Amino acid sequence: MLESIKTFASHFFVTGDPMIYGADASIVLVTVAILFVLTYFKKWRWLWDEWLTTVDHKKIGIMYALAAILMLFRGGVDALLMRTQLAFPNMHFLQAEHYNQIFTTHGTIMILFMAMPLMFAFFNIVVPLQIGARDVAYPYLNAVSFWLFFFGAMLLNLSFVIGGSPDAGWVSYPPLSELAFDKGPGENFYLLSISISGIGSLATGINFMVTILKMRAPGMKLMDMPLFTWSILATCIIIIFAFPVLTIALALLFIDRLAGAHFFTMLHGGNPMMFINLFWMWGHPEVYIVVLPAFGIYSEVVSTFAKKRIFGYKSMVASMMLISIISYFTWTHHFFTMGSGADVNTFFAISTMAIGVPTGVKVFNWLFTMYRGRIRLTLPMLWTIAFVPCFAIGGATGVMLAVAPADYQYHNSYFLIAHFHQVLIGGVVFGYFAGLYYWWPKMFGHVLNEKLGRWSFWFWNIGFYVCFMPQYALGFMGMTRRLYTYPHGLGWSSLNLVSTIGAFMMGIGFLFQGAQILHGIKFGKRDTTGDPWDGRTLEWSLPSPAPHYNFATIPQIKGRDAWWTMKEEMKQPGYKKEPVHIEPIHMPKSSGRPFIMSVFFFIAGFGLTFDWIWMGVIGAIGVGITLLARSFEYDTDYYVPVDEIERTEAALGRL
Amino acid sequence: MAGGQQHTANSDHENHGDHGSPKLYIIGYILSIVLTIIPLVLVLNHVMSGVPLVATITIMAILQFLIQLFFFMHITEGEKPAYHVMTLALGVIMVFTIVAGSAWIMTFNASVS
Ligand code: HEM
Ligand SMILES: [Cu+2]
Repeated sequence: MLESIKTFASHFFVTGDPMIYGADASIVLVTVAILFVLTYFKKWRWLWDEWLTTVDHKKIGIMYALAAILMLFRGGVDALLMRTQLAFPNMHFLQAEHYNQIFTTHGTIMILFMAMPLMFAFFNIVVPLQIGARDVAYPYLNAVSFWLFFFGAMLLNLSFVIGGSPDAGWVSYPPLSELAFDKGPGENFYLLSISISGIGSLATGINFMVTILKMRAPGMKLMDMPLFTWSILATCIIIIFAFPVLTIALALLFIDRLAGAHFFTMLHGGNPMMFINLFWMWGHPEVYIVVLPAFGIYSEVVSTFAKKRIFGYKSMVASMMLISIISYFTWTHHFFTMGSGADVNTFFAISTMAIGVPTGVKVFNWLFTMYRGRIRLTLPMLWTIAFVPCFAIGGATGVMLAVAPADYQYHNSYFLIAHFHQVLIGGVVFGYFAGLYYWWPKMFGHVLNEKLGRWSFWFWNIGFYVCFMPQYALGFMGMTRRLYTYPHGLGWSSLNLVSTIGAFMMGIGFLFQGAQILHGIKFGKRDTTGDPWDGRTLEWSLPSPAPHYNFATIPQIKGRDAWWTMKEEMKQPGYKKEPVHIEPIHMPKSSGRPFIMSVFFFIAGFGLTFDWIWMGVIGAIGVGITLLARSFEYDTDYYVPVDEIERTEAALGRL
Repeated sequence: MAGGQQHTANSDHENHGDHGSPKLYIIGYILSIVLTIIPLVLVLNHVMSGVPLVATITIMAILQFLIQLFFFMHITEGEKPAYHVMTLALGVIMVFTIVAGSAWIMTFNASVS
């Protein structure tokens, strides 16, 4: 009996590596600490009422942001571990198996559990406020989306200490990811966690598309929308058409693994190539999903801090819409070298290069907006300026990769690694940092310390080039990706060491940001105006943070840059403030069901990971019951009474 | 929904009435089931094979797609602008790209083996 428990435990818990025992210990410690703090300060009720059951899009946005920053930390630690292993030839810091697990989780976490949720944070925090709406179209669904992401991410993170992490790469190509070559539960963790959070992503795409199309304040035509909102609309279009493809691809692979089907094995007519095909039908649009909102952020930041209307608004809109369509026609460039034939490769090489055109248009528009503007070098603006050269290089190396014959040289080399980090960090992460600094006051009501922010900025930026420029060279010198060690004498050693130093510099930059956040919580200057940057769009017309109903009275929009025009009007001599007429506001009620339902999803996912069908069934039944219960619930909303609104607004100095 | 009493979104609430009669739903449901069973029977009993089989299944699929659109999704109803028609058109383009693109890419198998 004892023996069998022992063997079970040694399979169930990952053992044998001091780093993993360290992780075990820290997970236990952190959990105990959290439980203790919540109990000691009697915060359980508060946690449940204010956060776990909330359907307020602003709070959901904040939870997305916090979770994403934590995941950036986890993914960043993974990156540093890998770079440490590669710093010197013949290193014995990580085993090959462990290295495989780390690059897989690093890639998966960074793209799906860091970039995506940080992007959804901006969806939630900004879009309703920018379009003058009181809420998103489906607030309850929005909470479901968040909790599905959260528990999906937890499922993947658990794999580090329980069962073992996936190790077939973040793209998880068969046959490597098929049962025959990958017995362990790691691959199941990967498939289930992404599928669970993917449901949430698709729902968010639909939710915000409807919100933007249907809930704009009266008078706001589509062509009056701020560019950030436009970028989200374009993103939602991509999400809605790309995510179902991923879901299907992963589901088929899972059926192969769980039920012994042969969709992607060569036996009985299966074909691994089809998985690769389906994966990139989602995968390439995915990079535009995460980069378009960053483009939206740059547009807002540039026009605010150059104090000018954005240059070429219409061409910006057109280019984003074009990108959202063309991004579906390029997926094959990810497998040029797999021999799809010259005509296929030619078509996709041309479509890939074509997408550079609208992107270039945007960069020039930002530069023209800055030209002769009164530029203020705040943190958001610094990150935006740093983005331009970085993205230009990334774009250029991207076009190099798009040349199909040349790709036979670059394919799967460190050149590729350098390229995609350049666009993902230089384009996406820099943009999201700019967005976080820009909207932080709106989220939390205080402004972050500039000095710490500048230290972080320089560490990140210099670290970035020190880390990734050598990798282009390493790529040309023949170093391939996913390589866990290399011998002396190939001429790679010094470049690799430099690259590792750069990675640690970025790590220091991240620590400065952590310090900045803590500093802000304690000493951050309160933003009492609601408009700390002298902004142009509607969110800056509200107090920071905005009350839960957003707008006491829905604004009437008269054109682009709505808040700017209102401010101009107020400056006119003889401007008389119109008397505010407050009516009861219709709001959704909080609900614990999204949270509970996602817990059941988690249970089902965990069970299926270990092939414990009974546990999967319990989870699925739980999901079914929570869904059913929702459809019998009629009392889902209420009215905020007028005197409560008046009290809140008066306390904020708005009446 | 939260925005219910707010401007455009409330049009959803006003035309609740004409969301189809139960009769239409039942007819649509039965037709869908029939169109699903036919291909199943064809395949299980090896009634046809090759091109005719694929062609029949495709026709059944398209018919079912139309039934879903008209009986359940109310494609003919709704206000201006007709966003749902636009997304549908885009969806059709995407599906075409996915299917035709995959078929095209996968033809290399035929030329290799
Ligand atoms: C912050 C600094 C970062 C560093 C130092 C870093 C470093 C690395 C390293 C060393 C690898 C493995 C290369 C190999 O051996 O093949 C890697 C892979 C990868 N990274 Fe990063 N990374 C960073 C940030 C990011 C970010 C922000 C993202 C995405 C948003 C990202 C996405 C990926 C992906 C998708 C892979 C490929 C994983 C695979 O091969 O399956 N990384 N990174
Ligand atoms: Cu691509």
